[in-house]
Amino acid sequence: MTTTAGTMRKLTYREAVREAIREAMHKDERVFLMGEDVGRYGGCFAVSKGLLEEFGPERIRDTPLAESGFTGAGIGAALGGMRPIVEIMTGNFSLLAADQIINTAAVLLHMSGGQFNVPVVIRLATGGGRQVAAQHSRSLEGWFAHIPGIKVLAPATVNDARGMLWTALEDPDPVLIFENSNLYNMEGPLAVEAGAVDIDRARVRRDGRDITIISYGASLFKALEAAEILAKDGIEVEVVDLRTLRPLDEATFLASVARTHRALVVDEGWRSGSLAAEISARIMEGAFYDLDAPVARLCTAEVPLPYAKHLEEAALPQVAGIVALVKKMVGGHG
Amino acid sequence: MPRSDIAVTDSLESLSILDEHGNLDRDLEPQLSKARLLELYRAMLLGRRFDERLLDLQRQGRIGTFPPIKGQEAAQMGAVFNLRPSDWFVPAFRETAAEIWRGRSLESIILYFNGFNEGGLVPEGRKDLPIAIPVGSQVLHAVGLGWAARYRQTDEIVMTFFGDGATSAGDFHEGLNFAAVYQTPVVFVCQNNQWAISVPVSRQTHTPTLAQKAHAYGMPGIRVDGNDVLAVYAAAAEAAERARSGGGPTLIECVTYRVMMHTTADDPKRYRSEEEVAQWQQRDPLPRFAAYLQQKGTATEPQLAEMETGVMEEIQAAVDAAEKRMGELGDPLAMFDHLYAEMPPQLEAQKSALARELADGGKEVDDE
Repeated sequence: MTTTAGTMRKLTYREAVREAIREAMHKDERVFLMGEDVGRYGGCFAVSKGLLEEFGPERIRDTPLAESGFTGAGIGAALGGMRPIVEIMTGNFSLLAADQIINTAAVLLHMSGGQFNVPVVIRLATGGGRQVAAQHSRSLEGWFAHIPGIKVLAPATVNDARGMLWTALEDPDPVLIFENSNLYNMEGPLAVEAGAVDIDRARVRRDGRDITIISYGASLFKALEAAEILAKDGIEVEVVDLRTLRPLDEATFLASVARTHRALVVDEGWRSGSLAAEISARIMEGAFYDLDAPVARLCTAEVPLPYAKHLEEAALPQVAGIVALVKKMVGGHG
Repeated sequence: MPRSDIAVTDSLESLSILDEHGNLDRDLEPQLSKARLLELYRAMLLGRRFDERLLDLQRQGRIGTFPPIKGQEAAQMGAVFNLRPSDWFVPAFRETAAEIWRGRSLESIILYFNGFNEGGLVPEGRKDLPIAIPVGSQVLHAVGLGWAARYRQTDEIVMTFFGDGATSAGDFHEGLNFAAVYQTPVVFVCQNNQWAISVPVSRQTHTPTLAQKAHAYGMPGIRVDGNDVLAVYAAAAEAAERARSGGGPTLIECVTYRVMMHTTADDPKRYRSEEEVAQWQQRDPLPRFAAYLQQKGTATEPQLAEMETGVMEEIQAAVDAAEKRMGELGDPLAMFDHLYAEMPPQLEAQKSALARELADGGKEVDDE
């Protein structure tokens, strides 16, 4: 952020998402929010708190507990000219709506010969690290990023949490927004005039010359923290925030790898068949001769996320692990 | 607290107006004009004859797999005949007669069952969804469309179709529940054709009817003779009126029979008897309705025969046009289109790579 302090304000990621929803509801009367507990309760992560009072039950809709049901109804409403924001309480429960997302939303435009866009936005809380055990800690965004026909976003910064929603709503295609639940309480700076942002480009969040770390979501901040520590040892890490997981902006990370000659992917997903695997493959295809070291990946241990705090921390990618791996990569071939 | 009965007062009606022996209940007979009756009959006849022609084409290798509708013309036409053009029609995949009635061309259907997405196009301005293959998934889309219609304060209603198998799927239950909770203007039409591929309706449910499932969600349900087009029409007219006037959704179970195979990839002889099929053919909706029209003096036999000639000519013209058109379609590069409103760069790259590969017969790939 280069703006002067006077034009910036601080708010949480949660508040940024809420502001984005509010603004969208004011700007476009076709927009409504639906999902479990989004109304009176204000959302299980308190994102929609206060919106029912402001917009009423027609536009802030508490739905019965049935993910396929309200996702399918959201798709129907989108086909009927609305711009629904469907909140799936957590990405874990998207499994119950997978048929509607993958077999309808993602294919209808194609199967209708270009006739039926599905302009639905689906928001999902994602990620582990909050001690809610295996069934509530999944990171399935990489899995959805496998599916052609949808767009998959992973806003990490407050600015993106604030700005990606409107762009997603204006997009004629179905867009899934994965919000890492560890970020909701994170405070960050936001320009007073902040508004919509693009949803098709990765961003370099920190410049460096020795290695590129490619990450997204909550892991981005672990990468940035590691970069800070490594800088003290004279290792300059460049950090790329993917922002959009489908379609991937490979140009940005390939250009970075071409500068730094080393790449580490930090991804909360499991490594086998993962987004990290895809990025690694793209680097092999697009920047192989620029590499001074094999591409490395730091992912979650391939186990259901443990419930116990120390075990869960051990399973997830952590700052110390990133620091150690980068030192090995840079030192070993420096 | 003593153990006591809870009075559940929902009653379930069964409706038949014109039975298989030609007996007519004049008190319940819908009052349709001569023109409307003939339109209805022609739509059923066109659906039947087109279906038969599609089967011939499929057996000759001129179209791919398709799901025949034979025997279910009354169940779908009686219901959809109540819709206005401004209403939404949300089909499953065995409603070809209804789709044609709503304005889809025969030619487009032939194209579609040959694998061309161009054939899936819904006519401009028509509020129909394309056919839905994942069983029951469309029930929810209908509910969402109903929400949208109500939110916009229009008097549009939505009618969706599905089979007996779909009533076991979660989407059916979630959809009916939503529709009832939000009182959305949806008419749910179940074509209970007795078979979900090889599984009989007795293995789908332990309840004696499918219609009674409506009561679990707090909406009216009705069971009709699905081969009696007058009964289906009357039940759907009532449901449509209820939805339009803000009275919420209705479930209609049309008891009918899938005379042919599930799709042309299926052989029903493996799981059901020819006697059963023959029994149901006695209840064929078309001759029943034709006899009614003649008895009523709506049409003479020669007039119906003339209608049949016209239908056959229309079908032949569509087959000719579709086969001509297919010669112009089928560019493999078209498969990349319409995946996103705007093609992402990586998809563009894949499309270009395939274009090069096709142009060079794969040489370039070997060279790399």
